[in-house]
Amino acid sequence: MKKEFQIVVLAKQVPDTKNVGKDAMNADGTINRAALPAIFNPDDMKALEMALMCRDILKKENIDVKVTVITMGPPRANEIIREALYRGADNGFVVSDKRFAASDTLATSYALSMAIKKLGHYDVVFTGRQAIDGDTAQVGPQTAEKLEVPQITYADELIAVTPEMIRLRRVLQHGIEVVETKLPALVTVHGNAHDCRSRHAHLVIKKKNTEIPMWTADDINPDFDRLGGKGSPTKVKNIENVVLTKKESITVSSDDEGIKGLIEDLTAAHIF
Amino acid sequence: MNNIIVYCEVKDDGKIADVSLELCSKARHLADRLNVNVDAAVIGNNLKGLENELFTHGVNTVFCLEDSRLSFYQTLPHFSVMTKLIEREKPYSVLFGATPVGRDLGPRVASYLRCGLTADCTALDIDENGNLMQIRPAFGGNIIATIICPDVRPQMATVREGVMKQEVFEKQKNTAVVKLNASEFLNEADFVVKIIERKLEEKKIDIKGAPIIVSGGYGMGSKENFKLLHELAALLGGEVGATRAAVDAGFAEPERQVGQTGVTVRPKVYIACGISGAVQHRSGMEQSALIISINTDPHAPINSIADYVITGDAADVVSKMIKYCKSNSKK
Repeated sequence: MKKEFQIVVLAKQVPDTKNVGKDAMNADGTINRAALPAIFNPDDMKALEMALMCRDILKKENIDVKVTVITMGPPRANEIIREALYRGADNGFVVSDKRFAASDTLATSYALSMAIKKLGHYDVVFTGRQAIDGDTAQVGPQTAEKLEVPQITYADELIAVTPEMIRLRRVLQHGIEVVETKLPALVTVHGNAHDCRSRHAHLVIKKKNTEIPMWTADDINPDFDRLGGKGSPTKVKNIENVVLTKKESITVSSDDEGIKGLIEDLTAAHIF
Repeated sequence: MNNIIVYCEVKDDGKIADVSLELCSKARHLADRLNVNVDAAVIGNNLKGLENELFTHGVNTVFCLEDSRLSFYQTLPHFSVMTKLIEREKPYSVLFGATPVGRDLGPRVASYLRCGLTADCTALDIDENGNLMQIRPAFGGNIIATIICPDVRPQMATVREGVMKQEVFEKQKNTAVVKLNASEFLNEADFVVKIIERKLEEKKIDIKGAPIIVSGGYGMGSKENFKLLHELAALLGGEVGATRAAVDAGFAEPERQVGQTGVTVRPKVYIACGISGAVQHRSGMEQSALIISINTDPHAPINSIADYVITGDAADVVSKMIKYCKSNSKK
């Protein structure tokens, strides 16, 4: 029997850092996550779309294909799995455990790679280039290394996919590149990629009450020393709230006279 | 042992990237405090002569791997070379530019070696226990985090372009070029990803070198109002910058974004128009020689780092500046 083509999407639920309100920071300088709206990380949403495009192409060739979304986070992160189901993902689950707390990118990518391995078989993994709460862009490449598969970063267009290979366009610092690799492989998706398709009404009705499985650390058979804070070489030594040091400044009136004077002064000083 | 290795990015024109030279300069200062060497790793095709530029930027040993298959950067071969070199040399620290290449390669290397990697640092220092302090803005820039890796070596970091200064040093007494053997450091399997096509664009907008930057925030209100900034910038021989919010709103092109996720600039004059001054923006411009802030809010955070503060509507004030710049130049 032919094996099913398995597409994995790694997604993260993130605090909406664009809408940071006044109560977002606790008095001790830590982040009050409860005060922030939690959203589907934007680059991961684009990764979901690329995964669904892959499925569309392969389905036309009568290939059995499935899109599975995995997220690691608190139990409420199942909200983004449900969102992915509404948009067309076939299934998904949350990897959640207190023992993952304080994971840096190394421990996170280890846990995610173990979760992917638990699926038994996968052909291609898509994830967003970076998450807006950290902007590190490290988890994608690190997961690829843990899986020992090639990584294609900053992909913004899917050009072709077959059961054996994938061809993508990727964004360079000053241009673009088209690359091709054998599968399995991991792809990180750039913010320039296609927006995700909307929810399907029939899927919303169908998947509204679908139970979303939750895996704990025990389910992914890890080396427990490589999880959470224990598995994270980076430690936070110090966190400072940003406090501005006041600098002597000159106040200039916004009326004609003020601006005229400023321009003349700066011109006279050869600054302009 | 215990040296600092800088991964040096080779651009398509065959030159070393500015960010790598900035890192070599910074590494020199750190290495002098630790009494160790700065090593550079250069991987590519046609690397002749590059060592001289590295030596003048403070490097002791240049590790060089040349191979005709390495004309363009690819993850896996560079990964193989860097991991093998690090395992052999056992450095104190490895630094990468926080460029698309450094951010592609660094994480994979750190993952394989199971060591810590801090992304997008804006400062590096050494703490009382000899750990590398890796300093970066975090959480949308509301906090500045200092990260250390007390138990694991090497300590790895990617560092933003433009935040460290490029410096020229007198050539070190002990310099060397060490050629690495491709057959020892590379495998055939490293070339599984094929480059089918590659198109480079001349970057049209580059605000990094502009002496004067007229920058607009979300407070400019519209793309229309941004035209005023372009007019003023043209009069002053400068460029237009923007905040992330203004870029997201479509007021300006992404290449103009100043700050943590954009470019870092240090012009002679920075005119901040309708910019409140979130730290992720300030970290990209606070080293400007002179800062003029125009904002309706007299308590906008940007005002505390400004040399001149103008409280008022930015579009209105910029129109006046255009008017008086024009009348001034007529004299």
